[in-house]
Amino acid sequence: MTALSTRHIMTMDDLTTDDIMLILDTADSFAEVNERRIKKLPTLRGRTVVNLFLEPSTRTRTSFEIAAKRLSADAINMSGSASATVKGESLRDTAATLSAMACDLIVVRHAYAGAPQILAECMDTHVVNGGDGMHQHPTQALLDLYTIRRRAGRLEGLTVGIVGDISHSRVAGSLVPALRKVGAHPVVIAPPTLLPARPDVLGAEAATSLDDVLPGLDVAYMLRIQMERAEGMPFPSLREYARFYGMNAERLAAARPEMFVMHPGPMNRGVEVSSEVADSPRSVVLDQVNAGVAVRMAVMYLLLGGEDHGAAA
Amino acid sequence: MAYRTKAVVMDGPAIDRALTRIAHEILEANSGSGALALVGIVTRGTVVATRLAERIERIEGSPVPVGTLDISFYRDDVAMRLSPEVHRTDIPFDVEERTIVLVDDVLYTGRTIRAAMDAIMDYGRPRSIQLAVLVDRGHRELPIRADYVGKNVPTARKERVTVMLSDVDGANSVDIQEEVDSE
Repeated sequence: MTALSTRHIMTMDDLTTDDIMLILDTADSFAEVNERRIKKLPTLRGRTVVNLFLEPSTRTRTSFEIAAKRLSADAINMSGSASATVKGESLRDTAATLSAMACDLIVVRHAYAGAPQILAECMDTHVVNGGDGMHQHPTQALLDLYTIRRRAGRLEGLTVGIVGDISHSRVAGSLVPALRKVGAHPVVIAPPTLLPARPDVLGAEAATSLDDVLPGLDVAYMLRIQMERAEGMPFPSLREYARFYGMNAERLAAARPEMFVMHPGPMNRGVEVSSEVADSPRSVVLDQVNAGVAVRMAVMYLLLGGEDHGAAA
Repeated sequence: MAYRTKAVVMDGPAIDRALTRIAHEILEANSGSGALALVGIVTRGTVVATRLAERIERIEGSPVPVGTLDISFYRDDVAMRLSPEVHRTDIPFDVEERTIVLVDDVLYTGRTIRAAMDAIMDYGRPRSIQLAVLVDRGHRELPIRADYVGKNVPTARKERVTVMLSDVDGANSVDIQEEVDSE
């Protein structure tokens, strides 16, 4: 297989297992480019990528921007406060405007689930979801799979514990189906108040005690506690959360020696992950950031390359 | 579209003799293998480069570094088609101030070589780049020529040149194939 089966990447449902493996294998080649002195390829010269970020983000936007620029595409960033959306323009009109400017790919982040879907429906451009509300964040899941495969050497059969605010996390929303598609076994771990009502619908096993399931995990994926929503947090205190659900040196000692720790960032040190663990060789947090650029390059290359513009191949 | 073999232009021993001659020519033109490195273009260029390196080592008594280059991301037709399979590029030496001999199996339009030169330049600034090919079949679309040629094979554009090398294909030969009407 040489091409993706989809024009857009809005949720993990858009991707088949073959698509996922093609993206990871292609990302391997781009990872090599990112180690070179000259980290730039001419591949997407003349293509325009718009990063439409209608919700604050630094790392995801930067990662997409670097990925586009390393492929020689022109990357344009539009943020919420700078765009016409604050002047009351509808998402549909924003889409029509961008479409009229003939851009080739739009990466969209939006506070509402389904916004990428609306964009894709009203324009010809490829759409990649850069995170929509509490729904999905597929490129994060892809870079996580890439990081796990690099560290563990495989994906199939691994047990991955996802710890934290499962019910509000778009990271978990994409990672759980992604893990299932590649034959890994996701376990969601959280206080009952942060678990969705039906974790079985999500397709993951659920647990409320980290210490109970810890010895069986190959990977511990710590989700961020959203401090900006600290008021009305569904647990008594951050200290208590850290005590029962945080990754620290004692828990690391109780886990399998090859188990490693992941975090989508930005980290709340001392809450989800202790500083000691975050800076230890068993944390792959920076590998995840590094993989982000290569994986997003692969996604852009596979979506934009090989398009037939009526030219004979 | 179906193809049938029109002529076998090189067999195994002929390929061996051509490579031995090219190895000598490379050494003669560069006064030895001192600052030399070979870079094969995947897949069959890498095989040819490895075979040339073996011969150069046998003649000179010291090994010459071999790299492998995937030019998928440098092609000028990315918009039209994706490469069937992307391989890893591996240049295990510093290209700075070296004489790089690019190696491919067939030289045709020259576009692959143009892409390969761009790719090499991204690793540094070699002193010079030379080109060795097993077969030159003509029909250049760019001002590119080979420094070392195994065999010049005049062809029609509609014909295909198939290089088989035992490491990849299980046999050694260079064939010209022509289109046949498939009924």
